[in-house]
Amino acid sequence: MLTADAVVKRYPPSATALAGVSLTVASGSCVALVGESGSGKTTLLRCFNRLVVPDEGVVRVDGADVAALDPIVLRRAVGYVQQESGLLPHWTARRNVALVPWLRGMSDAAERAERALTRVGLDPAVYAERRPAELSGGQRQRVAMARAIAAEPAILLLDEPFGALDAITRADAQALLLTLRRDLAVTVLLVTHDLREAFRLADRVAVMRAGRIEQVATPDELARAPGTAYVAELLEKAQLAIAGVEGDS
Amino acid sequence: MRRITAWLVSGLLLVAGAGVAGGALAQATTPPAGGADARPVVVASKPFAESYLLAELFAQQLEAAGRRVERRAGLGATEIAFGALRTGAIDVYPEYTGTGLVAILGEAPSSDARAVFRRVRREFASRYDSWWLPPLGFENSYAIAVRRATADSLGLRTLSDLARAAPGLVAGFSPDFIGRDDGLVGLRERYGGLRFRGERALLQAVKYRALASGDVDVVDGYTTDGAIARYDLAVLADDRGFFPAYEAAALVSGRLYRDDPDAVAALAALAGLFDEGTMRALNERVEVGGERVEDVAADVLRTIGLATADSTGVEQPREARGGLGAYMWARRTTLAALAGRHLTLVVGSLLLAVVVAVPAGVALARLRPGRAEAVLRAAGVIQTVPGIALLAFMIPLLGIGVTPALVALFLYALYPILRNSYVGVRDAAPDAVDAARALGMTDAQLLRLVRLPLGLSVIMAGIRTAAVISVGTATLAAFIGAGGLGDPIVAGLALADTQMVLSGAIPAAVLAVLVDLALGRVERALDV
Repeated sequence: MLTADAVVKRYPPSATALAGVSLTVASGSCVALVGESGSGKTTLLRCFNRLVVPDEGVVRVDGADVAALDPIVLRRAVGYVQQESGLLPHWTARRNVALVPWLRGMSDAAERAERALTRVGLDPAVYAERRPAELSGGQRQRVAMARAIAAEPAILLLDEPFGALDAITRADAQALLLTLRRDLAVTVLLVTHDLREAFRLADRVAVMRAGRIEQVATPDELARAPGTAYVAELLEKAQLAIAGVEGDS
Repeated sequence: MRRITAWLVSGLLLVAGAGVAGGALAQATTPPAGGADARPVVVASKPFAESYLLAELFAQQLEAAGRRVERRAGLGATEIAFGALRTGAIDVYPEYTGTGLVAILGEAPSSDARAVFRRVRREFASRYDSWWLPPLGFENSYAIAVRRATADSLGLRTLSDLARAAPGLVAGFSPDFIGRDDGLVGLRERYGGLRFRGERALLQAVKYRALASGDVDVVDGYTTDGAIARYDLAVLADDRGFFPAYEAAALVSGRLYRDDPDAVAALAALAGLFDEGTMRALNERVEVGGERVEDVAADVLRTIGLATADSTGVEQPREARGGLGAYMWARRTTLAALAGRHLTLVVGSLLLAVVVAVPAGVALARLRPGRAEAVLRAAGVIQTVPGIALLAFMIPLLGIGVTPALVALFLYALYPILRNSYVGVRDAAPDAVDAARALGMTDAQLLRLVRLPLGLSVIMAGIRTAAVISVGTATLAAFIGAGGLGDPIVAGLALADTQMVLSGAIPAAVLAVLVDLALGRVERALDV
């Protein structure tokens, strides 16, 4: 379970990335953070593996305050995928995927890497020895996903994981994530600017704007009852609107 | 932060360590003076033809007196040659009293030759424990020369005569002579006007030819220029005593002066034997006739009847030598030894620079960009210090020879390696670095597994740049007697011998290419 409680992050002199954000991601569920660039969604995500240290508020992972955890241990226990795969370009796919098991001193790192590659739909016999430059964009994101799950973490942090893919590859990758969620029962926090993707993949969707969360709800609730004009407008643009905006009354 | 400090400190320690090791090295090569035979007498010169010739005269004279002699010809400039003498790295070199008065004592020039000699002799002995032997007999001061025919037809014998005839003559002067107080500016004051029909700024190389061909009628020069003899020019007497006195003499270290009176006596025996005409003729044989300084010096001593030492084989004059290829082939053993020394200097200094600058560059990448840039700019300043000046600064600390050359090359190699290491590590694949950190790599793992391997090509580019520059810069080593391919280049330039220059420059160019190729192989071998 992931919780953020009244989290504030400022970037001096003037920018405020997070203006008091609270959010809960229940174990085994997937919450999508949607919003425009600069709305604070990536900053919030990075608080959960201490890549960002909040100025105020408390961030907890499975009940533990992350500020009290060794960041290295924390990060090795949490899967992470970013938009540009972030694979180490001088390492083979196998070595990339085996990274976290290796860092954690697991003796079966190589086998875990092969299993993870198979799980994301890449045949180790074909792909394990290739370097990132020898893979397509979609394949690279799959390797990055395999790297994130190789040590079987309970939590995945995904930062626009499919943002740079073309439509067809993207649909395949989304299907893969749904399969992984089903098979691994993992807790997922997903950052995306695409509301349709959020609706397809997440149990609940949090709409962010200017460092605040406008509304958190299931896709269904969101589509039926957008909480603010901004949420309604986003739904409209994504052609996901079912009803008009409910009045404040 | 503590780690950065540790790195910087270890870097500094390395530099200091190199300095100490260098000092030890310098001492190891100069064992304490025992008897006269224990240590060779080190004879040096400055890098121009007359100085080479006089130093060779000193050397052969000492050899005839039974001393073992080590030659350190072509030391950079006055500061370097005199600095080396003061620290005892050399024992004797030819110097000019006016230079001693103006450049070293920092006093105003004077045209009273006797007074100048007395002054420098007393001051050098008390301040620097360095000893002027009696002058050799000639002055190498400024000279104003005209064609003999001009002198005869206009009745010109003195500068006062010239002042009268000036409005009908065209002068060609070197640019620095025109602007100097002890040049044309002061000359005009002393001789009342001295206005020529025309004045042209001419470079040294073309001045005498322009005079001989009649394009100009009057030139400035030095009293012992070989060209004065070659073109049979008339030097006008300085009848109002304007030009400063520049008498040539042997300048001797305190150690030799005290420990080996016989050697000093042998050198002093050369005093007064050379007038301007003699010296001009000898310079002409070297500069124009292309004879070896060894042969000319042996010839002189034989004629004077002072020395009996045999000249080591007679070389043909330059014109009869054959092509550059044949010249280099004949000297292949010497050139190979010089190239080996050159390579040793480059590789040694480069290794030291890599050991210091790569970790320092990596440490800089952890600082805030503004601070890192400030440190880099400071390192860049070293790059702007002219090589000769840097070498001159180091003489009091490191003496002359291999050690200061290594340190100078090391300092020049720092900046490119430092900057490229910094940039290579800082800019290495930001996405990959971010992901690796997010998945739990420690800073040390990030550096070892990600930043350094990915920055390798940029870091190696810095090292290769430094190496190729270093091969060129290492020719400077000749100025402080460290050997290398700069030896034939410096000597060839001083003696106007193109073949000699090329015999150093061509192997140096080849060496630069080979060093770069070798480092390319190293880079491929390191690549994971």
